Amino acid sequence: MIIKSVENFGFWTTQQIENVGRIFIFLFTGLFHIFTFPLQIFKIIEHTWFIGTKSMVVIMLTGIFTGMVLGLQGYYTLIKFGSEGMLGSAVALTLIRELGPVLTAIMITARAGSAMAAEIGVMRISEQIDALETMNINPVRFIFSPRIVASIISFPLLTALFDVVGVVGGYVTGSLMLGINGGIYIYRVNESVVMADITGGFLKSLVFAIVVTTVCCSQGYFTHLQTRGGFGAKGVSFSTTTAVVNSCVMILVFDYVITYLLL
Amino acid sequence: MKKGMVEFYVGIFMIIGIVCSSYLIIELGGVRVINTNDYRLYAYFSSVAGLKKGAGVEMAGVEIGNVVSITLDTEKLLAKVELGIHENIKLAEDVMASVKTSGVIGDRYINLSPGGSETMLESGETIFNTESAIDIESLVSKYIFEKEEKKK
Amino acid sequence: MKSPLIEFIDVKKSFGSNHVMQGVNLSIYEDETTVVIGKSGSGKSVLLKHIIGLMHHDSGKVLFKGEEISSMPRKKREEFKLNFSYMFQENALFDSMNIYENIALPLTETSRFSKQEIRKKVEMRMEQLEIQGTSNKYPAQLSGGMKKRVALARALITEPSIVLFDEPTTGLDPVRKNGVHAMIKSYQQMFGFTAVIVSHEIPDIFQIAQRVAMIEKGKIIFQGSAEEIMKSDLNEVSNFINGIGDFMEY
Ligand SMILES: Nc1ncnc2c1ncn2[C@@H]1O[C@H](COP(=O)(O)OP(=O)(O)OP(=O)(O)O)[C@@H](O)[C@H]1O
Ligand SMILES: [Mg+2]
Repeated sequence: MIIKSVENFGFWTTQQIENVGRIFIFLFTGLFHIFTFPLQIFKIIEHTWFIGTKSMVVIMLTGIFTGMVLGLQGYYTLIKFGSEGMLGSAVALTLIRELGPVLTAIMITARAGSAMAAEIGVMRISEQIDALETMNINPVRFIFSPRIVASIISFPLLTALFDVVGVVGGYVTGSLMLGINGGIYIYRVNESVVMADITGGFLKSLVFAIVVTTVCCSQGYFTHLQTRGGFGAKGVSFSTTTAVVNSCVMILVFDYVITYLLL
Repeated sequence: MKKGMVEFYVGIFMIIGIVCSSYLIIELGGVRVINTNDYRLYAYFSSVAGLKKGAGVEMAGVEIGNVVSITLDTEKLLAKVELGIHENIKLAEDVMASVKTSGVIGDRYINLSPGGSETMLESGETIFNTESAIDIESLVSKYIFEKEEKKK
Repeated sequence: MKSPLIEFIDVKKSFGSNHVMQGVNLSIYEDETTVVIGKSGSGKSVLLKHIIGLMHHDSGKVLFKGEEISSMPRKKREEFKLNFSYMFQENALFDSMNIYENIALPLTETSRFSKQEIRKKVEMRMEQLEIQGTSNKYPAQLSGGMKKRVALARALITEPSIVLFDEPTTGLDPVRKNGVHAMIKSYQQMFGFTAVIVSHEIPDIFQIAQRVAMIEKGKIIFQGSAEEIMKSDLNEVSNFINGIGDFMEY
C-alpha cells in the first residue's frame, strides 16, 4: 500500500519534471527559430491580427469597466479619509502596475490562448504536425515562433490600451458621476505615475506574453502525450482547458514574483 | 478575409497601441524635466522611505525643485538625497529639509522651511538641518507610551 | 543481387500490450514499386511511419542504404527527408490553409523557387489530378476523394525520389483510382522513383507492383513479385487475396 503510493508519487514527479523540460525545450526552440531565415513575416502579421486586433474590443470593454469600478470603489474608500482627490492616483497606479497587465493577459488567454491550444491540438491529432515533419518543415518553427512574436507585439500594446481606457473609465465615474474635479483627477494621474511604474507594467506584459503563448501552444503541441483526456476530440478539449487554467495560474504567480522583484 | 485587409487592421491596431503606449510613457511616466540650470544641494536623512526620484521639493507649498537622485552613503549609512533647486531661489545655510507626505496615502515629497542665516548655500553644498520621513508606527507608539508614563 | 534501399531487420514495436510488429523483415529496392498488403489493423501504417522516422522501433534495425535511420545525425536526416514524401492515410491536410496553400506548402517553405514557378507547378499538378478550381476552398469543403487527391498532389509536388503512399486510392471512384495507378506507374517509368504503397486494391494494384509484401500478425509472411503472390500456396495469403475469411453465418 505505502510502497505503491510512494511509487506512484515518484512516477508522477518524474513525469512532471519531464513535462517542464519538454516545455522549456519547446520554448527555446521556438525563440531560436524566430531568427532563422526566411523570416515568417506574413505569418507574424496574420497572428498579430488574430491575437491583437481581434482582442481590441474585448480589451476596451474590460478596461473601461475595470476603470469605472475602481473609480467607484476608490471613491468610497478614499472619501473616508477625506482624500478623494487622490482617486486619479489610486486608479492609475492600480491599473498600470497590476490590473492592466494581469487582466489583459487573462483576457487574451481566454480569447486567443484557448484558440491556439485547440487549433494546435487538432493539428496534432489529425497528423498535420507529423506531416510538417515529413516535409522537413520544423513544426515548432512553423507553429510556435510566429505566434510568440505576435504575442510579444500584442500583449504590451493591448496592455497600454487597457491602461488608457481604464484611466478614462475612472474619470467617467470619479468625475462625471461622483463629481470630483476633473482637473484634479488628471493632475493626480499625471503626478503619481512614474516611469518605473510604466516600465514595470510593460515588463509584466512581456513576461505574460511568453508565459501564456508557451503554455497554450505547448499544451496543444503535446496533446498526444497527455494521458488523462485520451485521444481525439476529448484530448483536445482537455488540453485546451488545461492550457487556460495553467496560463491563468501562471499569470498570477509570475505577477507576484515580478512585483516582488521590482519593489 | 483578403490579405490586404489583415494588414490594414493590424496597422490600425499597431497605431492605436503605439499611441496609447506613447501617452503612458511620455505623458504619465515622463520624468519630470530636470532643468540644467538648477543648482544642486545635498541632504542626508536617516530614512527616506517612500521618497522617489523626481519627487517635488517644496517651500511653503510651492514647488521649487526636484529630487535628482537618492543613494546610500556607505560611510555614514544615511540616505543621501540630491536636490535640484531652481537657480533663482536662494536658500539660507540653516534651511531645514524634511520628508513629508501629502494626504494620508499620498506621495512623499521634500519640504524646505526657510532659515534665518545671512549666508546662502552654494551649488554642491549640503543642508545640515534635516528631518526624516515620519514613521507612523513610532509616532503611535510614542503617543501611547507617553500617556502611560504620565499616568504613573 | 541488388542491395536494398530500405531494409527492416527483425523490427519489433509494441504499444503497451499490443505487439504490432513482432520481428518484421522486409527489403525495399531502389526504383521499384513495393506494395504492402495486409488486414486492417495489421500494422501497415505503423510500418510506413517507421521508414520516415515518425515512429521509433523498440528493437531491431531499420536501415536506409545500410544506415540506421533513427540514429542519423541531424544534417544527414534532413537530406534524407528531402528525398522523401509521405502521403498520410487520413490525408493530414492543413485545415486552416486553402487547397492551393496546402499543395504549395512544401515548396514555399523549403525550396528556393519563385512564386510564379511554384504556381505553375501547383497548377500542373492540380490539373493532373482533376482538382482544378478548388484553389481557394478549404479541405473541409471538399469530398473525401478530392481530399485524397489533394494529399497526393502535395506528396508529389516536390518531385521526391522516394514516396510512401498510405492507401492513395481508398475512397476514389474506379475511374480516378485507375487514373492514380496509371499516374504512379507512368511517373515511375519517367523518373524512376521508389514507391512504397499500402493498398487494399487487390488485384488492381498488382499491375503496378514490382514487389508485394504481406504483413500478418506482426510479421511479413510473404514478399516477392506480383506473379508469385498470385500463385502462392500459403493459405493466409491466398485467402486474403481472394477475400476468403472465416465469417460467421448470420
Ligand atoms: N499511435 C498509436 N498508439 C497506439 N496504438 C497504435 C498507434 N498507432 C497504431 N496503433 C495500433 O497499431 C495497430 C496497427 O495499426 P495500423 O494503423 O498500422 O493499421 P493498418 O494496417 O494501417 O490498418 P488499416 O488498413 O485499417 O489502415 C493497431 O492495432 C493500432 O491500434
Ligand atoms: Mg493504415
